[in-house]
Amino acid sequence: MTAEAGAGRVSVLRMGDILIAAIQQELTDESALALQQDLTEMAAAGARGVVIEISGVEIVDSFLARVLSEIAAATNMLAGRTVVAGMRPSVAITLVEMGLGLRGLETARSLEDAMAVFRGQAGR
Amino acid sequence: MTSVGSDGSGAATVAQVLETRGEQVAQQWADLPLFRNVYTTGRDAAVAAAHRLVRVLAEVARHGRLDDTSAPDFERVRPHLAQTVTARTRSGATHQQITAEVAELKRPLLEIVARETGGADGAVAAVELMGTLRVVVVEIALSEGAELIDRQRAQLLEISNPVIKLWDGVVAVPLIGTLDSARTQVVMEALLQAIVDQNAGMAILDITGVPMVDTVVAQYLLKTAMAVRLMGAECVISGIRPQIAQTIVQLGIDLGDITTRATLADALKWALGKAGVSVVVGEG
Amino acid sequence: MSRDEVTRLEIGSDVQIAGARQAVRQAAVAAGFSLVEQTKIVTAASELARNTLVHGGGGHMELAVVENSGGHGIRLTFTDDGPGIPDVDVALSDGYSTGNGLGLGLGGARRLVQDFTIESRPGGGTTVTAVAWSRMAQRVPR
Ligand SMILES: Nc1ncnc2c1ncn2[C@@H]1O[C@H](COP(=O)(O)OP(=O)(O)OP(=O)(O)O)[C@@H](O)[C@H]1O
Ligand SMILES: [Mg+2]
Repeated sequence: MTAEAGAGRVSVLRMGDILIAAIQQELTDESALALQQDLTEMAAAGARGVVIEISGVEIVDSFLARVLSEIAAATNMLAGRTVVAGMRPSVAITLVEMGLGLRGLETARSLEDAMAVFRGQAGR
Repeated sequence: MTSVGSDGSGAATVAQVLETRGEQVAQQWADLPLFRNVYTTGRDAAVAAAHRLVRVLAEVARHGRLDDTSAPDFERVRPHLAQTVTARTRSGATHQQITAEVAELKRPLLEIVARETGGADGAVAAVELMGTLRVVVVEIALSEGAELIDRQRAQLLEISNPVIKLWDGVVAVPLIGTLDSARTQVVMEALLQAIVDQNAGMAILDITGVPMVDTVVAQYLLKTAMAVRLMGAECVISGIRPQIAQTIVQLGIDLGDITTRATLADALKWALGKAGVSVVVGEG
Repeated sequence: MSRDEVTRLEIGSDVQIAGARQAVRQAAVAAGFSLVEQTKIVTAASELARNTLVHGGGGHMELAVVENSGGHGIRLTFTDDGPGIPDVDVALSDGYSTGNGLGLGLGGARRLVQDFTIESRPGGGTTVTAVAWSRMAQRVPR
């Protein structure tokens, strides 16, 4: 298990071949881009899946939405999967009203559910 | 407030007829739709009800209040008339039908008045009296209708949380009536919150009770399903009747990858199947 | 509408965008907005502030709490002296971006509020005004 953290950075945990990023504070654009870079690099070093836990995130705007989509696209290319877990109802409503359905993104209700997705996959 | 026929003599004549031939009038009225359709348990009850109305009309005429819808005597029959109106409304009669049925009471009365008196005064007064009765009934019908609407509105507001838990992890919201944007917002928020509160993985939007699906409603269904998915839960829309399916197609709305089922029961079965609960269907 | 208590915030860095979001959130809470209403106006503010910074080269946001007989609203005005928007209708359309964004910020922000106006001249800067009302205040005919 490794952790990386810096000023305003989101720490990424590695549990076996799953990367977990729990966003707990409000992100500036810069820290969102830093997270994107960290996750992409760590995934390239070998990971089956990425879980981004956002239950602590109060707003997702089109910028953060794009960052999430790009992380998912990058992990897909590296033969992994990205699951965004724990989106709040108010955030989901707002994204939909904006017209941001994030169709390509895999979602789960919680971190546990997201981990179960990968466990189920491993069992196959 | 005087008019032709209510100069006293006509009114007195009608009062007289209603008092002396009351039983005869009541017998004839009991066979007319207004009473026959309400007092279905027996003719005696219909006759008694008709007689009650006859006596009140006699009093109104006796007091020379032929054209006065607020004549105090009417107060005594108002509750009965209200019951009659409600009963007819429940069995599907429109206000127009009800007032037409009230108007039918006029003819037998006029015939009896003509036979008994011969002069025109009594007939004119009888017409006026029955016209007044009709207005009273219209007033009652309108106030009953308003009360009904108020009651329904209050009920709707009471349902602040319309979401029901169907099973562990399965929540459902039965949508009923016409959806306006304020209501749809409330329902969407309640459903999404229920997913969190109940830790539900499945959400069912049941539109069996929605009479019509237009672009706005379809758009709302799509948005709700998308928001449910963003939260990591699954959404099923149930109760899509054939006409509604057709409208959705005709409107060119793409429900895309949203799961749909014909009935709420089918949707629940689907949800339980996904959750790994097997459903044993009984025979029949 | 009361014109008092207008707060002015500079939008010159991504940290200031975050600051603008925080200020709008506080005002929305104070104005009695529901959680969803708060989230919508804060998200709209985030979109518009980022446009001010990225496309407008920086500027400022004015924040005011307004009132009608039903309740409160929040009025946000974003102003910059940047290049301006040559065709506002095109800029508002979904998917249009001169940068590498999704092109959903402007149109999305408009869908999140009740009143939305853009004033812009090529070379003459851009001013975007967005007003959101609480649910009770929305019932009042305007
Ligand atoms: N303040 C501004 N000054 C100049 N041009 C602007 C301004 N705001 C928006 N625009 C123009 O309008 C376009 C659309 O804006 P919009 O916010 O929808 O998309 P975006 O910012 O490019 O991407 P994103 O989806 O990340 O917001 C921008 O690409 C830009 O060309
Ligand atoms: Mg933008």
